[in-house]
Amino acid sequence: MSATMQLNRRDFIKTVSAAGAGLALAFYLPGDETANAAPLLAGEDFSPNAFLRIAADGSVLITVAKVEMGQGVKTALPMIVAEELDADWSNVTVEQSDAHPTKYGSQGTGGSFSIRGSWQMLRSAGATARAMLVQAAARTWNVDPSSCKTENGWVTHPSGKKASYGELAAQAAGLPVPTSVPLKDAHDFRILGKSTHRVDTASKSNGSAVFGIDVRVPGMLFASIERPPVFGGKVKSFDASKAKSVAGVRDVVQVESGIAVVANSTWAAFRGREALTVEWDEGEYASQNSAAIRTLFADAVKERGTVEDYDGEAEAVFASAPTRIEAVYEAPLVAHVTMEPMNCTAHVQKGRCEIWAPTQSPQAVQSEAARILGLPLDRVTVHITQVGGGFGRRLETDYAQDAVHVARLAGAPVQVVWKREDDMQHDHYRPSSYNVLKGGLDAAGNPVTWLHRVAGPSSHGLVVSGSTPPYNIPNFSIDSHIKETGVPIGPWRSVGPSLSTFIVESFIDELAHAAKKDPFEFRRGLLTKSPRLKRTLEAAAQHSSWRTPLPGGMGRGIACIEGFGSTLAHVAEVSVDKDGSFRIHRIVSVIDCGPVVNPDGVAAQIEGAVAFGLSAVMKDEITIDKGRVVQSNFNDYSILSLPEMPKVEVHIIPSNESIGGLGETGVPAIAPALCNALFAATG
Amino acid sequence: MPSYKLNVNGKQHPVQAEAEMPLLWVLRDVLGFTGTKYGCGHGYCGACTVLLDGEAIRSCSTPVNSVAEKKVTTIEGLSAAGLHPLQAAWAEVDVPQCGYCQSGQIMSAAALLNARSNPNDEDIDAAMSGNLCRCGTYNRVRRAIHLAAGNGSTHDVGQGGGK
Repeated sequence: MSATMQLNRRDFIKTVSAAGAGLALAFYLPGDETANAAPLLAGEDFSPNAFLRIAADGSVLITVAKVEMGQGVKTALPMIVAEELDADWSNVTVEQSDAHPTKYGSQGTGGSFSIRGSWQMLRSAGATARAMLVQAAARTWNVDPSSCKTENGWVTHPSGKKASYGELAAQAAGLPVPTSVPLKDAHDFRILGKSTHRVDTASKSNGSAVFGIDVRVPGMLFASIERPPVFGGKVKSFDASKAKSVAGVRDVVQVESGIAVVANSTWAAFRGREALTVEWDEGEYASQNSAAIRTLFADAVKERGTVEDYDGEAEAVFASAPTRIEAVYEAPLVAHVTMEPMNCTAHVQKGRCEIWAPTQSPQAVQSEAARILGLPLDRVTVHITQVGGGFGRRLETDYAQDAVHVARLAGAPVQVVWKREDDMQHDHYRPSSYNVLKGGLDAAGNPVTWLHRVAGPSSHGLVVSGSTPPYNIPNFSIDSHIKETGVPIGPWRSVGPSLSTFIVESFIDELAHAAKKDPFEFRRGLLTKSPRLKRTLEAAAQHSSWRTPLPGGMGRGIACIEGFGSTLAHVAEVSVDKDGSFRIHRIVSVIDCGPVVNPDGVAAQIEGAVAFGLSAVMKDEITIDKGRVVQSNFNDYSILSLPEMPKVEVHIIPSNESIGGLGETGVPAIAPALCNALFAATG
Repeated sequence: MPSYKLNVNGKQHPVQAEAEMPLLWVLRDVLGFTGTKYGCGHGYCGACTVLLDGEAIRSCSTPVNSVAEKKVTTIEGLSAAGLHPLQAAWAEVDVPQCGYCQSGQIMSAAALLNARSNPNDEDIDAAMSGNLCRCGTYNRVRRAIHLAAGNGSTHDVGQGGGK
């Protein structure tokens, strides 16, 4: 693979560091068409996106503008730059940027998009800096640049001359930026494709990593908010007199989301809340409950809904199909429960605001704060802290709005901390849904029609996306009913496919069973439109020894997905005891994500995705009663624990496909793989 | 307000706090040891695990007045100089993802190694089942504990490199 990146001034800007001692290159992410046109903030230089700086001592500083939340971008993104730069990786240091409305492009971190969205531009950034360093050396030595080589932070020449990047940085900074630079062939990669230790492991193993909840600012106070127990409820009246007499409590203030107790410690704020008396207006959802939501959905699917996708004559073919199969699949509400509960720290002063946010949406935090305070964006500074788990929850900004509202009234920096109970009961949940599936087989057992009707809460994307089966079935129809339930809904690691892939991959297994065909072979024969997914599925069958029979009481299940720019298949191997309890012996996972940045990072993401998906299918659900979430903490909403974690074998397919996403791809197929395995084990 | 002299990481820290204030919040909000994390407040998740005279306790449900003269060890004090074998193993295996639960994971593992220098998988299951990790780092936690105990290999983790 070889490519040449065309550059122009609007993509790539060279700046010389203030000290003049080094080479500094700044660059935009592609697709950020508005960046150059956007006004700069007062008093700042023109310095877009991730910032590459080479100092006179040869050290390389790379700024990461995406949010590190465990998925490894703080390691992977700099690896891409360092590869094309031919940097000495041990000389690379990495820093997290603040939020900026324009200069980094989108800093929103989600959709498994960080690496695939940055890949080409980060490569060309490294390659451009490398070309300029080579040019500087060639001029000094009076040789042809093409006769020079680079390796590990040095430019060398066959004559024996060599110079370090540090020595060349100042001179390189004075050169014009080349308009076109060659990128490496993949087989020349020294850093990419090799498992590389994460840059943040030490700080996350010795207590020094500063998460949002660890931010400490001189003079700061701590606050916690008593929220309406019912979604959509409001404060009618409150009595804070007892709360104010709790030791450590400084103040009690009403804010948009409820009653905030401001104190000199988090614990005092929690205790102050217990002493509050609040009368709530519970609003229109005061009697909402899980059974009513289920009935709402189950009634809706009796009628045809909004057509989402179709081909052929699905209903007519079903009516005349020799073999007809029907199934209902229900998915519950589930919560994100990041290990770090929602929190944010803000300091509001006259005409400005400083925020420390564990967020996936730094720019949205900045714009929301500006809106609330009536400030221009350049008066709102947002520092991105370490993030104790995101999974989509921190794409929202409610926790940051809390901090701004409270800090505005408190007259001091304030850290607002949600109790675990708040975090679990005021989430933006993965939607529940109710699905009716109908499938028809012809006389030879080939699927000829597929009908999927889904009812779920807003929005379409969260409920419907990914519902079109990847299989070649000539007639299909997908229609939906979207009903408001009052329960806040949001993206949850893998979003729509976390529901839709479960349904597609479960029902295709039922069709295979009805056709008396092997579930792997059945799928394989239908993947004529997706050779990449077919290869991935075949590799999973091979690595799991799919054709080797298992002892009685054991079973294998397979499921696959094409999504987030990658393909993946899981095989689950389980045993079921007579009492119905089961054990997962291993998960075999195969992924094709195109070029691989950090193989061990890929493995970690798949391992994590397996755990995340298994929690949703094996552990508790969120239920609603009297308009309230019933569950409140890990005692009644548990997640997978260490003894329950199966062995996970990750295989990465060597691939010439475009670079794909990873964080979410591993989640959707694990639930159906497990359920299909349990079905196989129990017949 | 009552006064206490807490022995944290080998040093005496005079503290004024309500008697029932959990050790977690004394560590985090009064003394500034933020490596110990709040996760649930009820001892369910293990993020707040510290050592009390070498044994793992949940600091979120341990009132400060019950600590008395006992020695508190937090993640910041796990190793006075250099790396604790667990921290070295954590780095070798690249255990953390988001990292939020990892202080608690390491402190529970440290208590386990204090009690059993060479734990088997059942010992690890028993000692670590109360330390939740939403990122799903469990298999690496297990591997790193074995490695720290001197009976593990990391050949299947990757070739390392870079740093």
